[in-house]
Amino acid sequence: MFNIIQRRYLYFAISALVILPGIVAMVISTARFGTPLRLSIDFTGGTLMELRFEQPIVPGDVRDVFVDYGLGDTSVTTAGDDHTALIRCKALDEEEKAQLQAAVRERIGPFEERRFEMVGPVIGSEVTQAALIAVLAASAVILFFIWWAFRRVPNSFRYGACAIFAMVHDVLVATGLFSLAGLLFEWEVDALFLTALLTVIGFSVQDTIVVYDRIRENVPKRRGEDYETVVNRSLLETIHRSLATQLNAIFVLIAILLFGGATIKQFVAVLLIGMFSGTYSSIFNAVPLLVVWNNGEVGAFLRRVFGRPARAAA
Amino acid sequence: MRQRDVNLLVFIILFAAALIWIDLPGNPGIHIRLGSLEIDKELRLHQGLDLQGGLQVLLQADVPPDLEASFDARTMEAARVIVENRVNGLGVTEPLVQLQGERRIIVELPGIENPDQAIATLRETGLLEFVEAGRTPLTEGMLIRTSLDVNPDQVFTVTTTVTDSETLTPTVTPVLTTTTVAASEELTPTATPTLTVTSDITETATLTPTETTTATEEITATEYAYGGRVFPTLMTGRHLRNADVSTDEMGQVVIAFELTEEGTQIFREYTLKHVGDIVAIVLDKRVLSAPVIRQAITTGKGVISSGQQGGFPLEEARKLAIQMKYGALPVPLKVVENRTVGPTLGQDSVQRSIRAGIIGLAVVLLFMIVYYRLPGALADVALIIYALINVALYKLIPVTLTLPAITGFILSTGMAVDANILVFERMKEELRAGKPLKVAMEAGFTRAWTSIRDSNVSTLLTCAILYWFGSNFGASIVKGFAITLALGVVINLFTAITVTRTFIRFTFHLTGDRLQKKHWLLGV
Repeated sequence: MFNIIQRRYLYFAISALVILPGIVAMVISTARFGTPLRLSIDFTGGTLMELRFEQPIVPGDVRDVFVDYGLGDTSVTTAGDDHTALIRCKALDEEEKAQLQAAVRERIGPFEERRFEMVGPVIGSEVTQAALIAVLAASAVILFFIWWAFRRVPNSFRYGACAIFAMVHDVLVATGLFSLAGLLFEWEVDALFLTALLTVIGFSVQDTIVVYDRIRENVPKRRGEDYETVVNRSLLETIHRSLATQLNAIFVLIAILLFGGATIKQFVAVLLIGMFSGTYSSIFNAVPLLVVWNNGEVGAFLRRVFGRPARAAA
Repeated sequence: MRQRDVNLLVFIILFAAALIWIDLPGNPGIHIRLGSLEIDKELRLHQGLDLQGGLQVLLQADVPPDLEASFDARTMEAARVIVENRVNGLGVTEPLVQLQGERRIIVELPGIENPDQAIATLRETGLLEFVEAGRTPLTEGMLIRTSLDVNPDQVFTVTTTVTDSETLTPTVTPVLTTTTVAASEELTPTATPTLTVTSDITETATLTPTETTTATEEITATEYAYGGRVFPTLMTGRHLRNADVSTDEMGQVVIAFELTEEGTQIFREYTLKHVGDIVAIVLDKRVLSAPVIRQAITTGKGVISSGQQGGFPLEEARKLAIQMKYGALPVPLKVVENRTVGPTLGQDSVQRSIRAGIIGLAVVLLFMIVYYRLPGALADVALIIYALINVALYKLIPVTLTLPAITGFILSTGMAVDANILVFERMKEELRAGKPLKVAMEAGFTRAWTSIRDSNVSTLLTCAILYWFGSNFGASIVKGFAITLALGVVINLFTAITVTRTFIRFTFHLTGDRLQKKHWLLGV
């Protein structure tokens, strides 16, 4: 029988290799922008304008209009083609907006307003707070649900805890890579990113539960085998399903990524990364971790490192 | 095959037919009238702001310190009603005006053409006027015409009516004039065409004279008091510095007001000559109060006292003072969030989403057939029914489709087959273990159930949290995603289990044991 569990530390190392660059990116980002991820106006408050001009434009010229108005902290980029300007600046009220747009019209040329988003700073900080609450609430609810769903299995709390660990893994992978993309391609976290993240959390746990369910079924059936063997057997029995489901979701997401609207590309990218990470973490992290916990390997590991006795886990 | 399965199969086929009818584009809707039972339902897809373009704005009460004490839920409700009335005046289809939290109102105006002007209209504090009423008894709540008209389109849209454009010149709109006011005392909207009006009015009056009907003419005549007679405006809210509730020397509740310098001058001159006349205080052409001038007010400070014994009821006085000071809205509103999407961006998104959805669905259908063969093909039929049910529910509930909502739906089709995959993998295992076909099939469904149930519950829990997050912070896009994803999960339990199982039982019944040996058809 092929043994996945045996090579568990290799898989943990692979996870670490993916997560580490992300953490480094988050540290760099924190040093540069003050936050681990580049935040969009959804969280910081501000204005985002997408203007389509009749003729090609130079972003710097558009920016000058804003700078002359006293908005030095304005960024202008082109989006799609060089006819479209994407402008980010502080939160504007209606009067300021009207004056600025009139100035742009006069100095640059006529345009069509494709998108205008203004979020007041108060709203931004409220959304940030709510976002944190949402993620924490999701984790807590899922932990208790799994604990409850597996209450008949010995040590049911461990299942919930390991599922949460896998979930944290997925969140770290997704936010880490997004932070990297923030440094490289100026990707910004918005309300949709959060939606993608929570969805990833949901699916990651869904994947983990399927394997756990098989363990729940196999434990009483195979009393002769040790825990490690039963877990490995359960993993192999469900791996076809995991891969098939994973492939389906990935196909669909790639279709949306390639053919869907430009405004949700980052959203779909996060879902895709998270989906992939979710499947990996449930097979190679959440389940092997059960064995690690069961064998008391954390204690043994600590003993080896620090050379003093640690309490052996049951 | 049991009778129950046959019934179920017939039901599924009829159900699918009904779904196709509902989902067809251009569905006429359901309009049934049976005695007291009336069903009037449009069946069409509702596009969100990001798809059809439009404006979403979050207004927050900007409570001045002197109103803080009396500010409560009723104040916000009153503000909401006023905003809603104004929104209705904009002529947008399917607008949304909703209270959010304690101090906010969310307004959604799909397809609005001039978002900036719309915002200005919503926040407008209203036009306060002091109107010379002479000896005409005006009462509170009356709608009158005044000589001042800052926004003719908005206030007087129904007044440019002429019954017969052949015989009447389109110039009979005395309300729009400021010059003919003095002469217009006897004027009614049905004024005879002989009346000549100055040329600059002609322009404004040519609004759409031929399209109007007699009906609107009558409404106009009855809506305004005194047959639409125009009362001269003495001064406006610009001339008012302050208004507050106070008590006079008798201990009666009055409203004390203070005028600006310019206002003081105007009011002094007027009241010196018109003691005994009425000066009506009018907000957006509706009379708030019509006090009689008892004595000349020369200092710019005056009081309005009730003519009744006992003075104003306190509540009423407060309301009047607030209206004089802050206008029609019981509390000033400021824009804290504004999202506008132009129509072209939305159209582009719709086409792209539809294309992505079709391609995504096609890939999933193909995958299932290649990987699971015959059961996969049957699951595909169930998946199509799944998609039909989803779209039908979007029309029936109705669910507003935004870009993330569509993504949620497309994603859910990918995840919908997960339950089938769980079942089929289990089925293969049982077949490999040497179980007979039918036993293996039934075992696949029964055994896979617990993992399908538990894993879907976790997704539903996540959806609930997303929904909470979305509905509390104006992020209706997040809400849309949560709704479509959750609907997908629930519907999927029906199609992936009940529908697929019925199809498979039926097929196995038809083929009998012949399938047992044809493992390639089962993907084993």
